[in-house]
Amino acid sequence: MTDREETLARVAQLIEPFNKKGVELNEGTTFAGDLEWDSLIVMDFVATVEDEFDILITMNMQAEIETVGQLVDAVENLRNEG
Amino acid sequence: MTEAARTPMDPADETAVGPSHGRDLFSKFDPLIAEREALLSTGVRDPFGLVMEEVLSPTRAIIKGKETILLGTYNYMGMTFDPDVVQAGKDALDAYGSGTTGSRVLNGTYQGHREVEEALKDFYGTDYAMVFSTGYQANLGLMSTIAGKEDFIILDADSHASIYDGCALGNAQIVRFRHNSVEDLEKRLRRLPAEGGRLVVLEGVYSMLGDIAPLKEMVEVSKAAGAMVAVDEAHGMGFFGPNGRGVFEEAGVADQVDFVIGTFSKSVGTVGGFIVSNHPKFEVLRLVCRPYVFTASLPPSVVATAATSIRKLKFAGNKRAHLWENSRRLHKGLRDLGFDLATPEAQSAIIAVLLPDQEMTVRMWQALLEAGVYVNMARPPATPAGMYLLRCSLCADHTEQQVGEILGMFEAAGRATGYLQ
Repeated sequence: MTDREETLARVAQLIEPFNKKGVELNEGTTFAGDLEWDSLIVMDFVATVEDEFDILITMNMQAEIETVGQLVDAVENLRNEG
Repeated sequence: MTEAARTPMDPADETAVGPSHGRDLFSKFDPLIAEREALLSTGVRDPFGLVMEEVLSPTRAIIKGKETILLGTYNYMGMTFDPDVVQAGKDALDAYGSGTTGSRVLNGTYQGHREVEEALKDFYGTDYAMVFSTGYQANLGLMSTIAGKEDFIILDADSHASIYDGCALGNAQIVRFRHNSVEDLEKRLRRLPAEGGRLVVLEGVYSMLGDIAPLKEMVEVSKAAGAMVAVDEAHGMGFFGPNGRGVFEEAGVADQVDFVIGTFSKSVGTVGGFIVSNHPKFEVLRLVCRPYVFTASLPPSVVATAATSIRKLKFAGNKRAHLWENSRRLHKGLRDLGFDLATPEAQSAIIAVLLPDQEMTVRMWQALLEAGVYVNMARPPATPAGMYLLRCSLCADHTEQQVGEILGMFEAAGRATGYLQ
């Protein structure tokens, strides 16, 4: 497994408890559209991801992240910076 | 007027009905319009369309011809009908006219604006005070101006809309932590890059649930991380701390807080907002803060009532004590009746009653209003975690008898709606 694949797997695991409708996940899955998350779930989920990877995902960054793949990219970038 | 000069909005122009390009910009509101229509079609009154026909006192008004106890006004200290406050407003209206018609930095600073800033400096014991036209604008101004693109604002997830909007207006990097969690705040502060300034934004009292922040611990971890700290005391001014300055005073962290933000529209009893600070460069904000510069200043009557009220609040120990008695009694009474309350004890002058869904909340709200008590109904997205609640805010002028009547009305409404068995 590459680092990116491992990050994707961990992110997918973190999504599960919030994936109430059992939507099938892939890199193109959108948080607002496919998973139908509202701002409260997003807040909770982002905090969980931040704690898992010991990073900060600012609200400014969150505004640019729409899909699972984009989140994985952002996590990878932040981890490499840190 | 020629045909060509008709505006697209001309109702006589039938060809203008419906735009020919793009969709109706209002269509995004269709789900909200449908939800509202469905709710109102059940015959309930509109919780967001209420009119106070007459206001008799800080605690009583005529609503739909009926005398009603007000339990949702934030008029914590009952200053709105204080004879000295009202007289100061009348005198200023006579002496200075109805409005300033200008910005604070041009023709909109009168003697009264100077005086209310002096009253604030005296009340808070700070070197500087800056008065805005509303509390909302004070938060817009501070958040959008003080932190630039390279800086970080760290805020509680349940922060008031004005704090979020101020962040959206500015360019800073915004980081949120879980509501009232010292651990979550500390973790996020630790993860910040070394570069860039840091501002932690806290509120003394969170207005939806009426819970207070653990300011002592939060300010401590913020300062240890080298951050500046701003505390919004909109719902704490007047009755927390030895001088009524707010929760930060009671928590003993006054010397650690860089900015206190407040409002005149709650305990002070009029409208307006402010920031107080001891930072030696604070005054420069008057030149760079757009929500301060690009709006008209408060009318002379408003700043005169605010200054008078603030001077009286400093010595309002008895009122403070009675407000706390009222709050504790209402909390205990509602809990004993079987209502689900947002805080385990009365932490502020806000008591929030949690209800299961919108329908029950509106029915309770209406039953209470028909019985003769007005409370606020609050729903998502204003509330945290998707809660529906009836928010009660007490006034120092509520009598013991009124609190008893309120409890009786809650019991009757609870039984009438089937919420209480």
